[in-house]
Amino acid sequence: MPYQVTIEETGERYTCGEQENLLIAMARSGRRGIPVGCRGGGCGVCKVEVTAGDYETRAMSCQHVTEEDRAERRLLACRVFPRGDVSVKVLGKMHKAVCTNAGLRPTEKTKI
Amino acid sequence: MAMTGVLRPGHAQLRVLNLEEGVRHYRDVLGMVETGRDAQGRVYLKCWDERDHNSLILRESDRAGIDFFAFKVLDEATLDKLERDLQEYGLTTERIPAGELMETGERVRFEIPSGHKIELYATKTQVGNGLQVTNPAPWTPAAEKGIAPVRLDHCLLYGPNIAEVKKLFCEVLGFYLVERVLGPDGEGEAAIWLSCSHKVHDIAFVEHPEPGKLHHLSFLLESWEEVLRAGDILAMNKVPIDIGPTRHGITRGCTIYAWDPSGNRFETFMGGYQPYPDYEPTTWTFDGLGEGGGLDYPQRKLHESFLTVVT
Ligand code: FES
Repeated sequence: MPYQVTIEETGERYTCGEQENLLIAMARSGRRGIPVGCRGGGCGVCKVEVTAGDYETRAMSCQHVTEEDRAERRLLACRVFPRGDVSVKVLGKMHKAVCTNAGLRPTEKTKI
Repeated sequence: MAMTGVLRPGHAQLRVLNLEEGVRHYRDVLGMVETGRDAQGRVYLKCWDERDHNSLILRESDRAGIDFFAFKVLDEATLDKLERDLQEYGLTTERIPAGELMETGERVRFEIPSGHKIELYATKTQVGNGLQVTNPAPWTPAAEKGIAPVRLDHCLLYGPNIAEVKKLFCEVLGFYLVERVLGPDGEGEAAIWLSCSHKVHDIAFVEHPEPGKLHHLSFLLESWEEVLRAGDILAMNKVPIDIGPTRHGITRGCTIYAWDPSGNRFETFMGGYQPYPDYEPTTWTFDGLGEGGGLDYPQRKLHESFLTVVT
């Protein structure tokens, strides 16, 4: 059953299946500018913070996700598989892409 | 050309986040031959047409990337001489005892100014390619398994101080510059392709602030058709592709780049031309890299992920 993923900054939602990771589902949703890199947890371009919801993770490089990151649920989207509806904040490289015109447009509510 | 000194790329040790996933990828999808596992848990593989025991070593780690890249040199006397030359040039070298890597003799390891560990060695057990040496057949069943590259061809590494790296490879190790890309201001070299042989590259570097990064390991195929077949096999196995199939203007190589399950980029590659050390290097301007077709000749464009994603 697909779950809902909400991007906090923009309010945009997309669906993501159990077997899918957050990054691939976001890219599949068709918006431009998603920094899809290695898709294997190695390169670090797809960092997000999961602010709500359950998920499972697969191995990811500790060069990009420290113990502290993990505790704060700052993870690589390509290694996160939803187990319920989740909310994410996009970080780093991805933030620029998702929160500018190249990607999603901010909603009225979140516009700064 | 006469083959003395540094002969060819010999092996690379890659870090993978999950060993068995890595093995499945390189053995079953790429189609390499698994030749051993050691007490540290490392897995050894070779391409079907390689004669030496291994060319790829996988090590499970909590981070992706490359531990070291090694070149085979002609013989032990050459190894000793190159070690002395490196030391005289000002580098610190380390001798790794024979057997530390399975079926491999003593290695000389040193760190280059881009932050990568490079090794030289002269001896590795020759296990052959499965073909007899008298009146052999042209190929074996292993040549049909997975993508089945014939050999580890080269690597592209990202790191700082490329000008110093070039000097070291050319002045001490006997490489020569085949092609280069100039920086955006038209000065300095942003990327260099170096050869110790007759190939368009045995190793290449791109200037990058972070040291010790891997851009890709490249595996050689013999025809463009085999590269297209590799594309089909990658797609069938849901291996994420970065770019290709396409041709580079730089080196004229025909290629697909994709990622292993840990995010290390690899290349299935064929083509290029046969340079000699007396050839004038080919120069690409920074514009030439994109619109000039340096990176992607048919599409004449840059690919952001290709230029920036490394492990
Ligand atoms: S895309 Fe490389 S870590 Fe997610």
